[in-house]
Amino acid sequence: MKEFDAKLPTMSTQNDYSIDNIPDDLFVRAPMDQKKSEEISTPSVSFWKEAFQRLAKNRGAMISLVLLILLIIMALIGPSMNEFTYREQNLAHSNMPPKVAGLEWLGFDGLNAQGTDVYAEREVATNYWFGTDEFGRDLWTRVWKGTQISLFIALVAAFLDLAIGVIYGGISSFYGGRVDNVMQRIIEILMGIPNLIVIILFILVLQPGITSIILAMIVTGWVGMARVVRGQILQLKGQEFILASRTLGASNKRLIWKHLMPNIMGPVIVTVMFTIPTAIFFEAFLSFIGLGLQAPQASLGVLIEDGYKSMRYFPYKLIYPALVISAIMICFNLLADGLRDALDPKMKK
Amino acid sequence: MKGYLLKRIGYMLITLFIIVTATFFLMQLLPGTPFTNPEKLSAQQLAVLNAKYGLDQPVAMQYLHYLGNLVQGDLGYSFQHEGRTVTSMISTRIGPSAFIGLQALVIGAILGLVLGIISALKHNSIFDYGSVALAVIGMSIPSFVFAALLQYYIGVKLEWLPVALWEGYSSTLLPSIALSVTVTATVARFIRSEMLEVLGQDYVITARAKGMRENQVIVKHVIRNALIPVVTMLGPLAVSIMTGTLVIEKIFSVPGLGEQFTLSILVLDYSVIMGITIFYSALFIFVVFVVDIIYGFLDPRINFKGEAA
Amino acid sequence: MKNTVLKVEDLHVSFKTQTGNVTAVRGVNFELKKGETLAIVGESGSGKSVTAKSIMQLLPKSTTEISKGDIVYDGKSLLGLSSKQITDIRGSEISMVFQDPMTSLNPTMKVGKQIMEGLQRHQKMTKQQARERALEMLKLVGIPKAEMRLDNYPHQFSGGMRQRVVIALALACNPKVLIADEPTTALDVTIQAQILDLMKDLQQKTETAIILITHDLGVVANMADRVAVMYGGKIVEQGTLDEIFYNPQHPYTLGLMQSMPKMNEDRSKPLMPIGGSPPNLATLGEGCAFAARCPHTMKVCHSFTPRDTVVGEDNHTAACWLQDPRVQKPKAEPQETAEVVGVT
Repeated sequence: MKEFDAKLPTMSTQNDYSIDNIPDDLFVRAPMDQKKSEEISTPSVSFWKEAFQRLAKNRGAMISLVLLILLIIMALIGPSMNEFTYREQNLAHSNMPPKVAGLEWLGFDGLNAQGTDVYAEREVATNYWFGTDEFGRDLWTRVWKGTQISLFIALVAAFLDLAIGVIYGGISSFYGGRVDNVMQRIIEILMGIPNLIVIILFILVLQPGITSIILAMIVTGWVGMARVVRGQILQLKGQEFILASRTLGASNKRLIWKHLMPNIMGPVIVTVMFTIPTAIFFEAFLSFIGLGLQAPQASLGVLIEDGYKSMRYFPYKLIYPALVISAIMICFNLLADGLRDALDPKMKK
Repeated sequence: MKGYLLKRIGYMLITLFIIVTATFFLMQLLPGTPFTNPEKLSAQQLAVLNAKYGLDQPVAMQYLHYLGNLVQGDLGYSFQHEGRTVTSMISTRIGPSAFIGLQALVIGAILGLVLGIISALKHNSIFDYGSVALAVIGMSIPSFVFAALLQYYIGVKLEWLPVALWEGYSSTLLPSIALSVTVTATVARFIRSEMLEVLGQDYVITARAKGMRENQVIVKHVIRNALIPVVTMLGPLAVSIMTGTLVIEKIFSVPGLGEQFTLSILVLDYSVIMGITIFYSALFIFVVFVVDIIYGFLDPRINFKGEAA
Repeated sequence: MKNTVLKVEDLHVSFKTQTGNVTAVRGVNFELKKGETLAIVGESGSGKSVTAKSIMQLLPKSTTEISKGDIVYDGKSLLGLSSKQITDIRGSEISMVFQDPMTSLNPTMKVGKQIMEGLQRHQKMTKQQARERALEMLKLVGIPKAEMRLDNYPHQFSGGMRQRVVIALALACNPKVLIADEPTTALDVTIQAQILDLMKDLQQKTETAIILITHDLGVVANMADRVAVMYGGKIVEQGTLDEIFYNPQHPYTLGLMQSMPKMNEDRSKPLMPIGGSPPNLATLGEGCAFAARCPHTMKVCHSFTPRDTVVGEDNHTAACWLQDPRVQKPKAEPQETAEVVGVT
């Protein structure tokens, strides 16, 4: 052991204790356990758990998630919460303003634009929570039925986009070379076409309806997903851990399922989350220009279009579906933002 | 540079050709006939009309004929408006659309840049949170919902601006504002994240270490570098505005191309639908091309020898 | 002998984080004399870069705070200056070269313009004068065809050339102090030597004092007059190059020296890494930061912070309790000694 040539300490900093007060018996060796200092102090957390913790900290995303769940529940049970169906007409009860017992102060008072109580005037006993349309159909039921159909269209379209995009992008990037080249040229050309135009043309050919709206949306919709998947896989392919795994003799199947898939899941989930609001928008858009679902079917777009036509005298017909669609879009966008930040902080753009 | 341009133009032509072909054959699949009230026409009259529009020829011939005319800028005749060419319909309709579209782009770009830049500079402040929230709302609410609400509250209730009347400058305001919401939100979000990224770059610290004043650092180094990628947003923004015009012109009765397109869809005016489709696609392809060229000039790191990075 | 240009006294810098304040620099003292090179050595996270950036006041005000201490340049405290006064000093009196030349230049501005900016700002030069000076600087740092290169963008330069540009930019206004934050870490080994030679050469011409921040002891041996070893936000030992290299007194410095291969030593002798990992500054309390990894830890090390003690010639100081006269002779505990590896 090296002998240190001890000298008297010089006071260079301000002290909050006096050197001389330190008891002598502290100057004895007390070696640390080296292994202990090597220990990692924080427990290791899995990627998904950590991502979830990050998401849980994002207040906007969490509120959106809760709201979305509520909206989905309403879309499922809302239409059966009263005795009406979405297609049942009752001309005697046409254009009834919204009325909810106990919520009169919120505007659910059954008064029309002129301030007369339509319920008293027409001697209607049942309250229509969101009012009725010009055929006397209950708008509460129609709004939630419409939400259900809009969400259904969006989810199916997003799922099909996902399936096609992952397969296409996966094949293109995994095989590379000429296959990739040809497949990329196809994508480049598809990217050059404004997708709305394609959607409109396809709907014209297929005739408006749920199936044709979904089909029209996926004709170009999968391209974005395919690009994300391809980009991710190409990036991963060049990384050392893939190379290491290959060197150890891993099969293609193992590479794909154990290494590529878990790593592309994040961006793929985020892309899906952004696809859903886009699909909801397109459905509403198509309905608004008259290419949507046909009466008596309801979707949020159809309801907004109907509401818009009579907005001047019956603004409530526009406001409820407009509120619901806006809430859904905002929530999906916020949740997707939150997921993106949580799953891949680098993907911020 | 020359090689790159030629390659790009080649791609543009191929894409356009595919669009024209696809549109043409999709139109052939459309149900119904292109004439109004065909049941009122006698067989003889129909035959005359079919002959007039070349509909009695085989599809392949019609296709070649259409391509030949297209090259000369002739998009054919409208089936619904007797004697009007599609080209003339587009050219009379494009003015109002272009005006409200560009006005929306200018409003949206300026507002978006201001909002985005301030919120990046005041990162994590109340202002930042507020404008991020506004941007999410602006991006989420469909433009036609926003337009309808604007029309109801500003036009019908407050009577500040004309509701659905195309007369004078004031009538361009509501449609432009309605269209600009998405643009504002998109630009604000984009420039904010670009600014935040640039603010974290080493060269900004270098500029500060040089002793540049903070406002010089922000203007010369941060904003300049953050603005360049904003150019790439022009393509998607053009699409969003084009999409928006389809519904917003309908809502505000703007006599523009979008309104014509939706009208033609409802009455199945084949040649007009085709013409406008091709026109929109060509416009979009052209915008993307111009944006890439501009970007190349703005960012010295990109050279046109190979492909744009 | 020589006059002091920069003096850092008891500097404390803390960061605000979500989990509370973290003090990254906890009491740093050093002096820099005219024309001298001081190397600050330490592992990543030891507070070297934070110290450097706080001299330039380049740390973001919203998240960092110089909570204690002073930085004195040319007799004046830098901490009390207004933001205008400090920008007047930055770049003209004190300059900085950063680690990664690939990212420290603005990619969309011509390099000439980037050098000229500072000149126009500080020396009130006209554009033409600034351009001439920029050209002169590029020639000085050895960039071939400087005339033409002035109008090139950073991406048209290689890494080594870019670092030369960064040095030209930093030295353009003849600063008295140059802070070089790991200037060669991102470069190839062959380029590293060129850049170091260039810096030494320029220093002789301009009499600039250099603070060289590095973790590379080879670079230190090559460049430094004095060395300060940082650990856990403090300078644990400082002295002349010879003193630190040949007479290290702090167990951490000793560990650093033993972990470095030497040309003239028996190669069969294994290198001695320092066990453990750097301390977590957020949880570091009173006591010596190195105590957890030190082979000579005493009870006192865990509860009291050691002071700087003179341990050798030319103001060679170390902060370690082993220098205290009360230390009980290690011969009293022979068994423990056997466990201590690497120290003979």
